[in-house]
Amino acid sequence: MKKEKIIVIVPSYNEERNIPKVIEGIKNSISKPHIAVIDDGSSDNTPLIAKSFGVEVIKLPFNMGYGVALQTGYKYALENDYDYVIQIDGDGQHDPKHIEDLLRELKKGKVDSVIGSRFLVNENQVPFFRGLVIRLFGFITSLLIGHKITDPCSGYRAMNKKIIKFLVKDLYPEDYPDADLIITLHRAGFCIKEIPVRVHPNIQGKTMHSGLKPLYYIYKMFLSIFLTLFRRDY
Amino acid sequence: MPLRQKIVALSIAIFIFILVIELVRRRKLREEYSLLWLLTSLVMIVLAIQYDWLVKITHFVGAALPTSTLFFFGLMFIIVINIHFSVKVSRLNDQVKKFAQENALLKNRLEKIEHRNKEHSNKSMDSH
Repeated sequence: MKKEKIIVIVPSYNEERNIPKVIEGIKNSISKPHIAVIDDGSSDNTPLIAKSFGVEVIKLPFNMGYGVALQTGYKYALENDYDYVIQIDGDGQHDPKHIEDLLRELKKGKVDSVIGSRFLVNENQVPFFRGLVIRLFGFITSLLIGHKITDPCSGYRAMNKKIIKFLVKDLYPEDYPDADLIITLHRAGFCIKEIPVRVHPNIQGKTMHSGLKPLYYIYKMFLSIFLTLFRRDY
Repeated sequence: MPLRQKIVALSIAIFIFILVIELVRRRKLREEYSLLWLLTSLVMIVLAIQYDWLVKITHFVGAALPTSTLFFFGLMFIIVINIHFSVKVSRLNDQVKKFAQENALLKNRLEKIEHRNKEHSNKSMDSH
């Protein structure tokens, strides 16, 4: 029987301080992992440091956004015929210990994607406003797809090849592939499940949701969710 | 319309028309984008010559003054051309994204091939 190929993709932007710990964590959590760090045009030494750990580094020529970095990873996975893809953020907020849990659930074959939810674990601390917004979109997503989603913004996910083939299409959002994507996936016939994961508070307090971005995020998500309901392009 | 006003309006319209044509000739502006600009300058030329038409349009749209009609159409033109540009920018953004991804993946593949070749040549040198 053909051995299943698994890859862990790590989208990273200026994470030279956190990336070593993330890579070490992944290496300790599964045996002989294939890791691809997708460098989203970092201005620091993220790609060099990642490379020194012997992992695959795919460098985007300039900063294109979280969604583009992720999709580059999916394209890489598809080109190299991987069966399962795990995505984990490069800022160290996700505990790599849960990779096994995500994979175990995915390999059962009942779902196409498994999302690690921070809201299914009581100890996780999420900033108040962010928590509120995520819960709101979680509620809307759950309502629209008919089963409970608590953390539509989680970047800690595992996916099978079927879903990866879908995600490399042009419809993949460039900035925040969150609730709107889950709804699109559901409407396209994919099954998604959440499992509890522990998250660490961001080590440097850096977040892609800073400044006026949360307001744009809320606007974008509402518009995108609304329009997703009227799209038939999958 | 007073003669002086007519001359100024005509001069501006003709200047824009010639400028757009010249930019297309020098290949600094694509034909595709020139259309809206040429149409606008043509409308300006026609309305400057045929002032009666502008007055009729003013009555038709219910505006008080012909100048308001001109401003209204000017604004409409700017809105349309901006939407047109936004669509273009979105498409360009999409194309840049694909190029960047393709570039990153190809570079990765190239580095791997170079690395493999280097190892291969080192091995063959060792065996000699």
